[in-house]
Amino acid sequence: MTRAELLDALFPAGHATRVEADGILVGTATYGQNETVAVLGLVEQTPLGVEGALALAEHVLEIIRHSPGRPIVVLIDAQSQRMRRRDELLGLNEYLAHLTKCFLLASQRGHRTLGIIFGRIAAGAFIATGLALDQLVAVPGGDPMVMDLPSIARVTKLPLDRLETLAKDTPVFAPGLAHALPIGAVQEVWENPVELSAKLAAALQEPRPTRDERAALGLARGGRLHAAEIARRVEQEAVAAAAHD
Amino acid sequence: MKNALVPSRTGSWYEATARERISGLLDAGTFHEFLGPTARAVSPHLALFDLPEAFDDGIIVGRGKLQGRAVLVAAQEGRFMGGTFGEVHGAKLVGLLRYARDHHAEATSPRAVLLLLDTGGVRLQEANVGELAVSEIIRALVEARAAGVAVIALVGGRAGAFGGGGILAACCSRVVISEQGRTSVSGPEVIETNMGAEEFDSLDRPLVWRTTGGKTRRLLGGAGAYAADRIESFRAAALALLDGGIPAFDLATLAREQARLAERLEKFGACQDAPEIWQRMRLADAARIADLADEDFNQIAQAQPEANHDAR
Amino acid sequence: METLFIQRDAAQRAPGKSPHALVGVVASGNLEVLLERVLDGVRCEVHVKTPAAGFGEVWRAVIEDFIERHAPGGLRISINDCGARPDTVSLRLAQGVRLMTMEASE
Repeated sequence: MTRAELLDALFPAGHATRVEADGILVGTATYGQNETVAVLGLVEQTPLGVEGALALAEHVLEIIRHSPGRPIVVLIDAQSQRMRRRDELLGLNEYLAHLTKCFLLASQRGHRTLGIIFGRIAAGAFIATGLALDQLVAVPGGDPMVMDLPSIARVTKLPLDRLETLAKDTPVFAPGLAHALPIGAVQEVWENPVELSAKLAAALQEPRPTRDERAALGLARGGRLHAAEIARRVEQEAVAAAAHD
Repeated sequence: MKNALVPSRTGSWYEATARERISGLLDAGTFHEFLGPTARAVSPHLALFDLPEAFDDGIIVGRGKLQGRAVLVAAQEGRFMGGTFGEVHGAKLVGLLRYARDHHAEATSPRAVLLLLDTGGVRLQEANVGELAVSEIIRALVEARAAGVAVIALVGGRAGAFGGGGILAACCSRVVISEQGRTSVSGPEVIETNMGAEEFDSLDRPLVWRTTGGKTRRLLGGAGAYAADRIESFRAAALALLDGGIPAFDLATLAREQARLAERLEKFGACQDAPEIWQRMRLADAARIADLADEDFNQIAQAQPEANHDAR
Repeated sequence: METLFIQRDAAQRAPGKSPHALVGVVASGNLEVLLERVLDGVRCEVHVKTPAAGFGEVWRAVIEDFIERHAPGGLRISINDCGARPDTVSLRLAQGVRLMTMEASE
């Protein structure tokens, strides 16, 4: 699905967006009962570097300041973080963290934040965009990952064909949408283009999730069986310990 | 029940194990571990790769006292699987931060969390669940901060703070770093593998250290305090930060961070190597930063405006 | 991974009151040793998980020597090995027994 097709399918009542430097998409669109949504994105298969992260964060802060409560839809067709020595020298970790925090602040201040993956997104850039949003869905062609399998093979010193075999039995390490769904990283896949605008309107109508429900989702789907329980047990022991102190 | 801990023999933060760091950081005899090694909460995924497990999955979480005040603490063991985030490892930190978020207001509750980061990032054998754990940690951390909890990152271990760990460090209220506390998103080896040795020669140690090391991070404002590679130095720095102002997690702070990071790009965005930045900062010892002793360096850092404008 | 189980009676109960202790880390050439005061009398159990296959006899010798020298009665000892040499194993076991004597102040 191209970006133009995606925008038309999501917002048949109209949208006005532009792509700025570093693949940053920004604009507004109409959804549901003639309501306005802020549209942001990281598109054109662009890796996320210091400039892009800062520009996208500025847009998020602008929306918080000037359009209180307006839902934010983030369209994603990117890469990983930009792999340049110069970006790391300048503190890319801070820029990605800042963007992550801006999305989370928007959410804390009552903005719905919903990501739609329609291409690649990977590693640190995924943490700072799609994974920082309240809801994350994919359309066909969405391809989230941490690292591609040949690179994982290189680092873990395991043969590629062995990893490919292992990936059939567990969703915990191999790239792709097929593995992001069962662990609860991606909530849904919206398959049918003609249903996109209705799905989006419905998703934005739902009450904003007040708690991070991804571990529960991964457990229910059988793809991430331990995270929810481990976190709960730590909380429980912390409560018990406080009673002794 | 409280844990007996072996004290560090050398006192070096870098050389110490995660348990030795906790032992030296907190008031003696105050550490109480949650889901400790006897619970055997090991990674369920490493066996698939025929890799050894650790009883704590490479992270120790619990509570203790720092100069008499209650704190929560999490320490990664950088020597086990590079201190990486797997499903269980990450979930332990999620649980700790959610506890901090939900219980900070009670009379005896800790209002500060110390994160002893020592991590290569996401554990590739559990890449998807590890990455998602990092995201859950950041969300819980930010929620705890919004509730008024101070989260202090301490970075100076063998594995540094790379990948998601680097992002996590910069989400904390404050960061303490030593020269050894290398921090970045893509590690030098990853950049070299993907982009070639001309982009980043990971075997060029001085280059790696002046690009990712603690001195550069401190001078640019990536860390608000610089510690010598001593456990007591980290303890003193953490205490000083807790006594100083802790930034709120709100629009004003993030607007200030936006301005801070924009200014950095404007001033130093054209620099390709750390000494160019130091020259533009007009540091007296620009050519010798890497060789400066900790005390001399600290004086320079404390006088440097960029280093101390650290809204985060 | 290979697992080994060794069980012996020690000469006496392990000294100290600490209910459990952990020493070492799972890193190349190293190991972690978890000691738990959970067994009756002078029995000592040692459970080993190691990636190095075929060293059963060496492990047995090192552990029997340890039980004889340190009298760790009442302890269940669990080891996650990462290719440690026998002298490192002996060192960690001794450190572990010593840590069990330290008071974890309540």
